[in-house]
Amino acid sequence: MVDGQLFFESDEATFGAFAKAIYKHLGCKYSKFYKMDSLSKLGFLGAEILMQNQANDLRDDETALVFCNRSSSLNTDVKYQETIKDIPSPAVFVYTLPNIVIGEICIRHGIKGEAAFFVRESNDPAFMVDYVNLLFASTNTKQCLVGWLEMDETGNYEANIHLAVKEKCDNR
Amino acid sequence: MSVFVAAHNIISALGFTSEENGEQVFAGKSGIALVADTALSPVEFPAALIDKNRLIKEYDEIASSAEELSHFDQIIRLSANKALNGSGIDASSRKTIIILSTTKGNIGELAKGKNAEQVQLWQSAHRLAQFLNNPNEPMVVSNACISGVAAILMGKRLIDSGKYDHAIVVGADLLSRFVVSGFQSFHSLSAQPCRPFDKNRDGLSLGEGAATVVLTNQQLPAPALEIINGATSNDANHISGPSRTGEGLLIAINKALGEDRAVDFISAHGTATPYNDDMESKAISRAGLSQVPVNSMKGYFGHTLGAAGVIESIISMMSLTANKQVKTLGYSEFGVAEEITIATESKDQHMNKVLKVASGFGGCNAALVIEKHG
Repeated sequence: MVDGQLFFESDEATFGAFAKAIYKHLGCKYSKFYKMDSLSKLGFLGAEILMQNQANDLRDDETALVFCNRSSSLNTDVKYQETIKDIPSPAVFVYTLPNIVIGEICIRHGIKGEAAFFVRESNDPAFMVDYVNLLFASTNTKQCLVGWLEMDETGNYEANIHLAVKEKCDNR
Repeated sequence: MSVFVAAHNIISALGFTSEENGEQVFAGKSGIALVADTALSPVEFPAALIDKNRLIKEYDEIASSAEELSHFDQIIRLSANKALNGSGIDASSRKTIIILSTTKGNIGELAKGKNAEQVQLWQSAHRLAQFLNNPNEPMVVSNACISGVAAILMGKRLIDSGKYDHAIVVGADLLSRFVVSGFQSFHSLSAQPCRPFDKNRDGLSLGEGAATVVLTNQQLPAPALEIINGATSNDANHISGPSRTGEGLLIAINKALGEDRAVDFISAHGTATPYNDDMESKAISRAGLSQVPVNSMKGYFGHTLGAAGVIESIISMMSLTANKQVKTLGYSEFGVAEEITIATESKDQHMNKVLKVASGFGGCNAALVIEKHG
């Protein structure tokens, strides 16, 4: 769903297959996508859709990313834990940090601004809105990709993200 | 709005109070030792481990062990408790926010058969908040190795916004097979205690730590330590290797310093990997700070991950208060890309303003400016 309208739907049963379907639907050509873990793919695809509408005249450090979830990188953590039994995998280990999704989005879009990854029991939009407004008020942030990016250890997921833009105030 | 440091605590391989840790650091002692523990690694490796027997004993004095909490959950409560004692700050107030900085929290419990829900980071934060009788939903900052610096910055920003009067920032990470094997798979661990900025550096040493900084908007008696400003940024370059130009860290440094470039000391991240230390030298040099003495504390504490930014900021604060510069333990011969000034002596040195920086996986960077008044 994008701006309340259905953007894309698919019968794919697993996130992996669904993600690939969205990727193809978007006409993406970004081979790094295939190395990403599920949380990073989730965030990458959400950003891919939202950033189509981003302002064009911003400096690379004026865009911020603020994400939150409840499971951190647990989806990948349990996969990495399995590799320890045999040969620990660096390709999996690198994704055992929730902020890597921020790194992937920054690389894709050349974003160098403020970033934060929070972990909370449940989605709290008021908390996120407060923090984004704080960034708008006290830093040079002019737009912010913000929201809930959850990928739990069983593969249940939810992405609810927005591109927030700082309003221009004439009386500032 | 001015945000001051009301109290702090460090628990590490070097001791269980800030004073104990400070004493050991100023005396040039390292907490890194060869560890032979097959629960952590099939091969011996240098690391700075916390005395778990002492943890159990001290935790027992402040809470019932009937809850059977993990060492991680015990240590964050213990550190917060030690910092808050005598601080005059009310942890149970609605105007106090708790911020936990950690990369992996209770991940070591996965191997012990705990299920995923039990190792959630917010569960640890809840247990901490519950212990402190704090009514607010605690925050967890999990941003790789910049988490500690980022969490202190969060505290500063939240108090600035007026929403809170105080912030209890706790940074912690313990070692586990999960974490050690991961760094081993990257071949990023040195077989010797780490050598930051040194020509022969070949990797990092891991460490364990828990540290607390209590921030407040209340005026404090001189010499008061103020968190002036800070910033985070991203390299937009690579998810596990630092930028070759130091671009992201430079952006964070410039934003944190603002117009006032005068800084007396820099506490760098200095993990002693070939690429990180080079990258930091480039960012520091490009920021016009080549003449400012720089140290890395990884030679004392090892790399304590989610605790690093908090532990190292506290030692920097103690340096400011005592007017004592801390040398870079493990360093002997200059070996980074750009000419910067490495602190090689622990000595009396008047200082008023410190710049703390950190960088981490995901290409993230953070910078924080701490100033002493009076």
